[in-house]
Amino acid sequence: MNADKAIQIRAIHKTYGPVKALENITFDVAPGELFGLIGPDGAGKTSLIRILASLLLADEGEAAIYEWDIVRDYRQIRKHIGYMPGRFSLYQDLSVEENLHFFATLFGTSIEENYDLVKDIYRQLEPFKSRRAGKLSGGMKQKLALCCALIHRPRVLLLDEPTTGVDPVSRKEFWEMLNQIRREGISILVSTPYMDEASLCDRIALIQKGKILGIDTPNGLTSRYERPLWAVRASDTYRLIGDLRTFSNTHTAYPFGDSVHLGLKEATDQAVLYQYLLEKGHESVQIEAIRPDVEDCFMEWMGG
Amino acid sequence: MMIEVITSEKLSKHFGNFKAVDQITFSVNKGEIFGFLGANGAGKTTAMRMLTGLSKPTSGMAKVAGYDVYRNPEDIKRHIGYMSQKFSLYEDLSVLENIRFFGGIYGLPRKVWKAKSEALIERLGMAEMAHALVRSIPLGWKQKLSFSIAILHDPAIVFLDEPTGGVDPVTRRQFWEMIYQVAHEGMTVFVTTHYMDEAEYCHRISIMVDGRIAALGSPDALKRQFGTQSMDEVFLRLARPGSSGVGGVATNI
Repeated sequence: MNADKAIQIRAIHKTYGPVKALENITFDVAPGELFGLIGPDGAGKTSLIRILASLLLADEGEAAIYEWDIVRDYRQIRKHIGYMPGRFSLYQDLSVEENLHFFATLFGTSIEENYDLVKDIYRQLEPFKSRRAGKLSGGMKQKLALCCALIHRPRVLLLDEPTTGVDPVSRKEFWEMLNQIRREGISILVSTPYMDEASLCDRIALIQKGKILGIDTPNGLTSRYERPLWAVRASDTYRLIGDLRTFSNTHTAYPFGDSVHLGLKEATDQAVLYQYLLEKGHESVQIEAIRPDVEDCFMEWMGG
Repeated sequence: MMIEVITSEKLSKHFGNFKAVDQITFSVNKGEIFGFLGANGAGKTTAMRMLTGLSKPTSGMAKVAGYDVYRNPEDIKRHIGYMSQKFSLYEDLSVLENIRFFGGIYGLPRKVWKAKSEALIERLGMAEMAHALVRSIPLGWKQKLSFSIAILHDPAIVFLDEPTGGVDPVTRRQFWEMIYQVAHEGMTVFVTTHYMDEAEYCHRISIMVDGRIAALGSPDALKRQFGTQSMDEVFLRLARPGSSGVGGVATNI
């Protein structure tokens, strides 16, 4: 394995009885890279992260973090990674400060030694430092968990759905923190079910039912979407979806916020659709060609 | 003529000195899809617990499906459906057994639930899975089944607490089409979500900040009011007043 890569994953397979949780997963994460593993529940994200964290054995394949093999060198792996599981796993009965102190001691370091790494995040928690962790709001718990995963200055951070169930504003703040951590040279592998977070990563892997649908930069990935794509709006969105689905040139019609994204079978003139919708009695019809986003790609590729 | 199925006036809930819900006033009409948004800790869950008859308000008044939250909480529970963000069907029972079990809980006569089970399985296209244990069916199906069971007794209102968290993007949209359909048939839908694109699918939205309703209106009206292009920015302005609202998480590529 190549010790210049932060994470290397080669042909990893994992099954649970008849369920294929991971099928032939292969990719690398470069030093200092912010890499997003994007997919819904049950895609295999947690299995992969647990395998990398040396908490679960793969059936086949191998993986390494820098020069350390995840099976043979698991003791080294555990020293050099920071792992944040999907479920909140700090001590609910300890205070904010006690939790951080505990994790620092566990890794043979102190809060003071690595304070500069966590200070921007910890400052937001300081007003509550004597509050018990179990009494914090969802967003605050995530910030504390991130501090605890960072306090021993790991070389690689493995974050399993840190933003699930967190409101959009707190999610945005969390991603800003990840950006700062990355600047310290720490590589980050982060999983998320929220497709809109893809654009905040250097590279992403889309994962569904244990298989990778595509790996690239967000822009590189969306440029692989080959169909013409239009955003269509009309005054009655519900009826619009139904009528777009019966339009002869429609490949897919999915609601996207205040519009419907229409993937076409082949390129055509917008006037054809405009006329069709007018005949169906739609009002305030607007049609514009758009660039696909990651969610368009995911839906296009998850079927095939 | 609009029929109000939820009416809340200065509804409040205090825990000691903490005002978790602070005088919220709003109404929801029959057949409306009402989005109930807010940051974590803004008071959404506490408000929802009062409206579903699970928690007694400190002050103010509210009526749900025609029943008073202080005097008739048990009647409220009988006339609403509720789907929690945590999956709550019985994993060790089959699809059909779950439907039968909840039919019994709702007190539906045998003939009614038999007819309803068949119709439900048919509509969801789950005939092949009808006898499979719920634990073995894919998440997307579980969510659609949960929703169908939450409305098995034809409630006036269904409360959905983050119903689409973690489901794949296609299933998420199919789920919203089910919501549209029941609303179209006259059921009122009260829904919380962290997906701002889903906020756009609601007829009206309220956004809670620190226990109060900070904004209320249709998605278009709110975007006009705050002079923004997306609901994401509206949310950001309200939840973090100091922020510019530029560069939100949901920026498309």
